Amino acid sequence: MSAGASLPVARIEAAPPRRPGARIALLLALVALALVPVLASGIGAPFLIVTATRILIFAIAALSLDLVLGYGAMVSFGHAAYVGLGAYAVAILSAHGIHDLLVQSAAALVVCALFALVTGAISLRTRGVYFIMITLAFGQMAFFFMVSLSAYGGDDGVSLDHRSRVLGARLIEGDVALFYLALGVLAVVFVALRLLVASRFGRVLRGIRENAVRMEAIGFPAFPYQLTAYVVAGAIAGLAGVLLANQAEFVSPAYMSWQRSGELIVMVVLGGMGTLVGAVAGAAALIAVEEGLAHFSEHWRLGLGLMLVLLVLLARGGIAGLTARLRGGRAA
Amino acid sequence: MTPLLSVRHLRKSYGALAVTDDVSLDVAPGELHAIIGPNGAGKTTLIHQLSGAARSDGGEIRLAGENITRLGMVARVRRGLARSFQITSLLDGFSVLDNVALAVQARSGSSFRFLRPVAGDRRLNGEAMAALDRVGLADRAGRRAGSLSHGEKRQLELAVALATGARLLLLDEPLAGTGPEESARLVGLLRDLKATHTLVLIEHDMAAVFALADRMSVLVYGRVIASGPPDAVRADPAVRAAYLGEEAA
Ligand SMILES: Nc1ncnc2c1ncn2[C@@H]1O[C@H](COP(=O)(O)OP(=O)(O)OP(=O)(O)O)[C@@H](O)[C@H]1O
Ligand SMILES: [Mg+2]
Repeated sequence: MSAGASLPVARIEAAPPRRPGARIALLLALVALALVPVLASGIGAPFLIVTATRILIFAIAALSLDLVLGYGAMVSFGHAAYVGLGAYAVAILSAHGIHDLLVQSAAALVVCALFALVTGAISLRTRGVYFIMITLAFGQMAFFFMVSLSAYGGDDGVSLDHRSRVLGARLIEGDVALFYLALGVLAVVFVALRLLVASRFGRVLRGIRENAVRMEAIGFPAFPYQLTAYVVAGAIAGLAGVLLANQAEFVSPAYMSWQRSGELIVMVVLGGMGTLVGAVAGAAALIAVEEGLAHFSEHWRLGLGLMLVLLVLLARGGIAGLTARLRGGRAA
Repeated sequence: MTPLLSVRHLRKSYGALAVTDDVSLDVAPGELHAIIGPNGAGKTTLIHQLSGAARSDGGEIRLAGENITRLGMVARVRRGLARSFQITSLLDGFSVLDNVALAVQARSGSSFRFLRPVAGDRRLNGEAMAALDRVGLADRAGRRAGSLSHGEKRQLELAVALATGARLLLLDEPLAGTGPEESARLVGLLRDLKATHTLVLIEHDMAAVFALADRMSVLVYGRVIASGPPDAVRADPAVRAAYLGEEAA
């Protein structure tokens, strides 16, 4: 036999990397993030807390889309609809005097999961570009539904009187508290998704991404697994919406526009599809660029476009792939 | 004895082309039934129909007496009928072990489990290693499937089919594209599989077919023109004229 047998075998697979240092690195990243409000106040730039909070919120949404797009191989072009539905759960319940964060979150989870279940079950009957178009269509449906709801601001959207209450307490009225809430949700979502993609379910999902025909031949139909991932992702995006409504204290149909869905896709692709760290990095990069470039020019999207082109040309695998290569490893 | 696989009057057309034309055949438990025929005879299409990958236009397929004609691929795998692919179809980005472990996972417990890491699952990996051992790939377990040589990929296809736990394996040209050495190894492997599995083997390599087959059917333009023990088929004038004759000439 060949000499290959005696060489140390490299475990290269589509699973998330299980480097011993990875857990420590993530912990350090969490600590560093937790220090952001302190540092921002320290350097006299408290507005950075708001930007950072928005990054965390969109990171949650991008993570959920990465489950669908990166791990589930479903190019959904309507993911912002779930963020919007989550935000409207806050706005609509608040308008009826229900301000409790937990109740609003539960409502957002249920509504988003149901919307994902119904539209996902229909969309997954199609493939490829048709899937993109039909998810876009469902997203637009949700968008125009909210535009038509004049009781809740219609096109103009609706401002919240105040942020959600936690068991009656004004716990997240301050920006710092909201930051830590968003960070906590992001951390939980991140860890949960890390476990999920490495679980039995996650391995099946990754297998379907790789070769659906092969998976069917060994007994795994794609539909139930992809649909489950789609529903889980929709629910998580709903949570991001709940946070976004609280951050902005304002909700409008613009949250669900197809441009927003496109931005979420850009975040995931920019960061590196199928890498959870990448989704977070992509969200950070896009929001930072968006808020940074927007100061200089209203043509910031042009700068963003250039960045994307460069990234595609120079760094396949997105930010996660680039950093892995700089470290001398490979994209996970 | 009731046949494990029984096919009656199976038909399939692509447009005006009758690709499977009134095919009937029986495969007894423990038998290796070879299906031979020239390129484009409809062998792969027949495997697609038997495995549930393609719908049949007419006729009936029974597995151990049960009518499975209307069942999908997944339902047939669960009932013990698995296939391999003429053109290697693996999870190239996964490790060799995980390719096989997934086939074990498919038949052991629910895969709607979301939290416990699966990579280190000893029971799944143990059974997967047993299948890899049987096809002689145990020392490749940690390699990426896409990095295997062509012959090794053919071995892995067999390991995956084995790991599904199926008792009837439909093997579509397992020797396709292999060199003499690899092909000899695979023939040895098929002989070993014969001891434990019922096999439907599609193969162009006549030496291999005549060495392995208990019975065989000859498919030409979607029709079975002869069926029986290898010696009888070899002597069949219609077969000589239509098919083997090409090689004898
Ligand atoms: N999806 C399809 N649509 C239309 N025609 C098809 C399709 N699949 C197969 N055919 C045709 O059906 C005939 C039988 O094809 P098939 O692949 O079953 O032959 P085969 O016996 O497996 O050939 P080979 O020995 O080359 O593998 C061929 O003429 C082929 O062109
Ligand atoms: Mg063929």
